This record gives sequence, C-alpha cells and structure tokens, in this order.
Amino acid sequence: MTVPISWYLILAAVLFAIGTVGALTRRNGISIFLSIEVMLNAANLTLIAYARQFESHAGQVVVFFVMAVAAAEAAVGLALFIAVFRQRHTIDLNRINLLRW
Amino acid sequence: MLEYLWLIPVLTFLGAALNGLFGSRLPKPVVTAIGVGAPLGALLVALGCLWHFWQGGGEAVGQTYWAWTAGSLSIDAAFLLDRLSAVMLFVVTFVGFLIHVYSAGYMSHESGYWRYFSYLNLFMTAMLLLILGDNYLIMFVGWEGVGLCSYLLIGFYYDQVFPPYAGKKAFIVNRIGDFAFLVGMFALIAKFGTLKYSTIFEQVVKDSSLVTGPYVLGLTFASFVALCFFVGAMGKSAQIPLFVWLPDAMAGPTPVSALIHAATMVTAGVYMIVRTNAIYQAAPGVSMFVAVIGAATAIFAATIGLAQNDIKKVLAYSTVSQLGYMFLAAGLGAYSAAIFHLGTHAFFKALLFLGSGSVIHAMGGEQDMRQMGGLKKALPQTYWTYVIGALAIAGIFPFSGFFSKDEILHAAAGNGQWILYIVGLATAGLTAFYMFRSVFLTFHGKFRGTHEQEHHLHESPPVMTIPLWILAVGAAVAGLAGLPGEGNWLHHTFEKLTERPAGLPEAAEHHVSVLVLALVALAVAGTSIWLALRVYGRDRGLAGDQAFAGRWPTVHRLLENKYYVDEIYDRLIVRPLAALSTFFWKGIDATLIDGTVNTAGATAKVAGEVGRFSTTGNVRNYALYFFLGVIALFVWLIL
Amino acid sequence: MELLVFLIFAFLSVFAALVVVAHKNPVYSTMALVLTLFSVAVLFVLLGAPFVGVLQVLIYTGAIVVLFLFVIMLLNIGREDSQIAGHKAQLFFALLGAVTFGSLVILALLSLRHAALPPLTPELVSLEALASTLFNEYLLPFEIIGLLLTVAVIGATVVARRPAAGEGAAAPKEEAQP
Repeated sequence: MTVPISWYLILAAVLFAIGTVGALTRRNGISIFLSIEVMLNAANLTLIAYARQFESHAGQVVVFFVMAVAAAEAAVGLALFIAVFRQRHTIDLNRINLLRW
Repeated sequence: MLEYLWLIPVLTFLGAALNGLFGSRLPKPVVTAIGVGAPLGALLVALGCLWHFWQGGGEAVGQTYWAWTAGSLSIDAAFLLDRLSAVMLFVVTFVGFLIHVYSAGYMSHESGYWRYFSYLNLFMTAMLLLILGDNYLIMFVGWEGVGLCSYLLIGFYYDQVFPPYAGKKAFIVNRIGDFAFLVGMFALIAKFGTLKYSTIFEQVVKDSSLVTGPYVLGLTFASFVALCFFVGAMGKSAQIPLFVWLPDAMAGPTPVSALIHAATMVTAGVYMIVRTNAIYQAAPGVSMFVAVIGAATAIFAATIGLAQNDIKKVLAYSTVSQLGYMFLAAGLGAYSAAIFHLGTHAFFKALLFLGSGSVIHAMGGEQDMRQMGGLKKALPQTYWTYVIGALAIAGIFPFSGFFSKDEILHAAAGNGQWILYIVGLATAGLTAFYMFRSVFLTFHGKFRGTHEQEHHLHESPPVMTIPLWILAVGAAVAGLAGLPGEGNWLHHTFEKLTERPAGLPEAAEHHVSVLVLALVALAVAGTSIWLALRVYGRDRGLAGDQAFAGRWPTVHRLLENKYYVDEIYDRLIVRPLAALSTFFWKGIDATLIDGTVNTAGATAKVAGEVGRFSTTGNVRNYALYFFLGVIALFVWLIL
Repeated sequence: MELLVFLIFAFLSVFAALVVVAHKNPVYSTMALVLTLFSVAVLFVLLGAPFVGVLQVLIYTGAIVVLFLFVIMLLNIGREDSQIAGHKAQLFFALLGAVTFGSLVILALLSLRHAALPPLTPELVSLEALASTLFNEYLLPFEIIGLLLTVAVIGATVVARRPAAGEGAAAPKEEAQP
C-alpha cells in the first residue's frame, strides 16, 4: 500500500509544531537555532510531498533554495551570536534585553 | 475722457494704499498731498467724464474691464455711467473732496493723521465703486467696503473705550441689512441668471409678469426682492429699526460724520432703491411700506432731535430724519425727488457737520451745547455758513432744501397719501425748530463754558472755512436743479430711468397745486423758526430747555433718552444672543469639540503608555508575537 | 515496503526532533538534529527526490550542523539550567504549538484526504529534468541565491570579526535584569 500524501503532511505538521515549541521555549540561543532548523525541515518535507503530488519539479527547486537560505541564515545568525557573546559573555536570551521599555 | 472712468476709484485707492502702507513714515505735508490729491484727481477726472457725458446727450455709457464667469453665472467688472450715477458721481466726488480739504485742517493735530486719510480715501473708493458699478455685485462690494470704512473711521480713536464699541455696533447692525441684501441678490441670480442692471431691468420693464407672479411667503418675486433690498437699505441708511448705529457713530471724527454719515454712505440705500426702481414699481405693497417706514423714521428721529444736547447728536438724528424723507419719496415713486433731496442734503448736511466741527475745534473738543453760547462773535464765518445750512434744511425759500423737500411733499399729496403728507409736514416743522434751537443755543446768548474754553475760542483756519463757504453756496443754489414745473431738470433727466414697467396699472394722480403746497410748507417752517426764536433766542440760553423739562418732564426724559431704543434692543435682542453665544462657546465648543480633540490626543497618549510594555527587549517575546501573527494568518487562510 | 520505511523513519524523525527540543545539553541537541535531518533525507528519497535528499545530507548535516558544533565549542556553551519544568509561559507555548499543529493538520486533510500519490516515474526522479527546471524557469532566483550566499559569507565574517584594538575591549557591561 502506498503512503497517502496526507501522512507526509501530518508528519511535517508534527515536526513543525515540535520545532515551534522548541523555538519559543528555549533560553539558549543555539538551541533556538536548532529548533528553527527542525521547522525548516518540516517545510521542506511539505514542499517535496507536494512536488510529488503535482508531478512538478518546482517544489524541489524551491527546497533547493530554502536550503541555501537556511545555510546563509545559520551562518549569519551564529556570527551574530559570537559577536554578542563577546560583549555579554552569555547567550542566554533572557539576559540580552537592553532594548527593554 | 470717458475712457478714463475707471481711473476715478483707482486714484482714491492708490491714495489709500500709499498712505496706508507708507504714511507713518512720510512727513505730514506728503501725507496731505496724497490724501487730498487723490480725491482731487478723482474729482477732476470725474468732472471731465461728466462734461463729455452731458455733451454726448447723457446717453448711458458702459465700460467693461473684466468678465468673470463661474459656471453658469457671468458677472463683469464693469462701470455704468448713466444719468443717475452721473449725479451721484458729482455729489460724491465734489463733497468728498471738500471734506478731505477740511480734514487736513481739522485733523492736523492727530497722531493717526496718515491712517485717517488712508481710511477716508478707501471709503471714497468703495463709495465710487458702489455708484459706478453696472451690476449688483459691484454695488455690494462697494456697499460692504463703505461699511468697513465706516467701522474703521468710527473707531478711529481706538484707544478710547467708546469709539471701537460704536464702530462694532455700526458694523454689526449693518450686517443684518447686508444679509437681506445678499438674499435679494441670490433671488435675482436664481431668476435672471445675472446681476447686471440693464439685463434685469430691461426684462422687467418689458414684461412685468416676470416679477408679479406668486413667489415665496405669499409675496411676489418683485416684492420679495424689493423687501430684501429695503432691509439692506434700512441698515445702511439708518431707518427704523436699524438706525441705532448712526447716533453712536458720532464718536468718529467730525469730518467722518460729515462725509460718511450724512452726505454719502447713508445715502447708498436711497441710491440703491432708485437704481432698482423697476422692481419697486412692480411691488406697490413694498413701495408703500418703504414710504411708511421713511415717514415714520423721519418724524421719530425729529422728535428725538428736540431734546439732544450734543450738537453732533442733533445733526445725527437730523440725518436719520432727512433720510426718512428720501425713502418716503422713493417709496411713493418720486425717484427724482428722492435723488434731489439726496443731493441737497449732501450739501447742507455736510455744511452743518463741518460747521459743528469748526465749533468743536474752537471749543477745544467740547460738543455739549449747554457749554456753548454766543459763539457768533468769535466764529463769524462758521456762524453764517451754519445759518445758511440751517435755513436750507429747514426748507426756507430760496435755499435748496425748500425745493427738494417740497418735491417730496408734493409727491405725497399728489398720490393722495394725506397721512404721509401730514407726517412729512410736521417733520418739516420739527426740523426747522430743532435746527434753530441748535443755532440759538450754540451761537447766540452768553457763553456758558469755562474760562479756558473762552480763551481758546478762535475762528477756524481757511483750510476749514473755505470748504464751508463752497458748501454754503451749494446749499443755497442747488435747488435750481429741481425747480418745480417745466424747469425740473432732474425730473426730466430721470424720466427714462424710472420708466414704469409694462403691464402695471397706472399710478394714481391727484392734481395739487405746487404753489399752495409750497406756501403751506414755507409757513410751517417759518412758524417753527419763529417759535424757536421765542423759546431759545435772544440770550434766553438754556431757559427754553429747562421750561420744556419742567412742563413735560416725562416726555422730555423720553426724548432725551431717545425713547430708550438702545436699552430695549439690549434687553430683547443683545442679551439673549449673548447668552446663546456663551452657551455655544462653553457648552459646545469647549466641552464637545475641544473635548473630542483632547480625548483623541489623550487616547493616543494612554495607548502609547500601555503599549510600550510590549517592547520587553526579550527576543523570545518577539518571536512569540511573530508566531501569533503566523497563526492568525493560518486561520485566515483556512477560513 | 514503502510503508514500513516511511513509518520507521517518520517516528525516528519525530523522536529525534523531540530530543532536539527538549535536551538541555546543546551538543546532544545537535546530535539529535543530525538524526532528524538524516531521517528526513530518507523520506525525501522515498518521495522521489533523491537529489534533494543527498543535498540535505551534504549541506545540512555536513555543513550547517558542523557549523553549529564549532560555535558551541568556541563559545563553550554548557548545560542550560532546567527551564521546561514549572514555567507557566512554557506551558502556554506548548499549547500554542499544539494549536499550530492542529491547524496545519486540518489544512492538510482538507486538501487531499487520502488521495494516493501518483507512481514514481523516471522523469520525476531524473536529475536532468530537475536541472532543466532549475536553470530555465528559476535561473534568476538561482543567481540571486548565489548573491545571497556571498552576502551572507561577507556579513558573517564582518560580524564575527574580532574587534580592532581599543574598540569594545572594555569590561563587560552590566547585565540588565531579566
């Protein structure tokens, strides 16, 4: 029996939800990034599933781009963390809140 | 020369502008040169135009300078020189010029000298616009302009308490009339699509049914417009019930009273009615109303004049009364008589006012006749010219007032309006009486003032007395323009202008002997003067007034306090309006409108103060908001 | 057969994701992420996108995760204090996550029900077809992505640079209260 597409989509939804909870809950900057990566993967899974469904390559191409963007984002984000860490010697996000009211 | 017609108001306007903008920095002779030179220039150009006009047979000349069109309404900036505006032009420029000359002497010690001449020239400009325009819009511009200048000049002594108040009163009361005038103009636009005299009157004269069908409030169109315009005239020309501003306007400098509140501005209402005669002839009810109001005002004001102590107030009420005569004539359809009286009145009233100015000047500013007396010796020229003016206004042959007043009384009798005739005759008697009361109290008997005043007494300089003499000549001989019978030049002149619209019933004509009426009027006037002599003359001084007050105290008090009209208006109209205004101010403007705006501002402020707590600086919170937005987007996409 | 593979790797990915999100030690989280990524790559292959699956392994696990590990090492990030337990806000976020999941699921189910996937064909899987799509219709985005990556590299270098002498080398500023 082949797997219906809705299962893939549900799986992607689950992964996305897990990633979201992680991104919103963690205090550690790195952990937040990891959760974001999970979310991105969930999105990629959805795109590939639909690409298969509609027999189009466009989905795969977009996934290609998403990966590139994720890479760029990870690089820049981690560079930012490094810079912040130099100043504050912490990446606990609760402690980095100078822009408070 | 006629092509320079436009130059007349432009010259006076330039005079006003130059003095207004630079006058405070110019030396006094220069201010005088501009301030008197401008009306002189206007007078010369006017005389030139008039010469050519009469040479050309008195055919109406129209000149268009600019055509304004807004949508379907087309109004031109154009002048019309026809016989009516020619006569007015002469009166205004000539008397106006003389008064400007007089002012150079009278106002020479004032610090606001330049301001005075600027305003006075501006007034001339507006008045000239009023009479030269060829449509109601230009007339209205001039109408408003003279109202403005009246306000400015009445309140000339702005550092005192009363003059600004008097100026405000004049302007506000005038405004009521102006509103009615505007409504009349709107009606004309609605019906004829234009405000041009010639277009409107041509149509009315050709076919009076245009204006005699029912229109609004049970009135015909002609009646409605005529009534609206007349209410405007009530304000501008000080008829009952809107006359209350004129006596208070005496707070302005005396030459102003002479020019504006005697000779020219207040006559604008009469001019307007004569100009609009086609419509008034088609509205007999309103015309009769005009005549009745005129007669009532005439006698009402004359009675008040009997008990006034301020020399200028006597003349002010006299002006109101004489204006009543003019409206009486206009209401009866005797348009040439109205203009005749307008012209003669301009001369003798200006003369009387300037003469009183001479007296006030000699008395060092005192205006109360009770302080005067015996000034004949110190001010001979003033005395004789004043007497000439008094004789003219009293209607004594052969002075001008005799002829013009007679025309009016003849019109009343000739139309069978005997009540109006009696009222007019009685007013003539009263006029003679109170004028000569003022003559005797001021110039005869013993001096009643203080020692300093007595030492200060001196005849006025020539710059003031020469205009007096010129005006005296005019007051004496202007009657020639309207000799009764075939020689009535004015009557013939205005014949075409006052053509009766077709389709209206013929006016009633009674044949009354002119001679009989003249003799009756002369007798009445003569008797009044004799009475005045008995009561006030020959050094009797104030005894006459005291006897009056003693015999009939209530009447005297009533007259002296001008029937308490101002007080009545204050209670009935001014206070309720003031209360209403206060309510609108405090209750609505301050609370509602300001409150709304302030609340809006306060809301923004509070929103900001509450909203700032969302910027926690904590990135995770921001991520949360981000996420919430995404959820909202999802929901929206699903639904 | 396909079903079995799917189920195994689906559960594996979910389990690994949970570890990523929940574990206190960032290094363990990163390792779990590797597992997640690998499972997703298998699913990609199952769905007929082998190239993308290989890319996933190469780029994500091969480069990005390595980057994460380097940074963790550089910043010497230790265990986090426990934070999941006891916080009311955390619960709220968990609920939020559930809501998201719910709505996504509904979306998915509404659109396709239980439609079966079309069978795999050689064209679908072929690399040439993918390449042709990429370089024909999506050429411009491709170029722009290149530009983006360049910018990212430069940006990351600049941001993470050691500050020049005398600039920002002062004592750490006082920390604001959390």
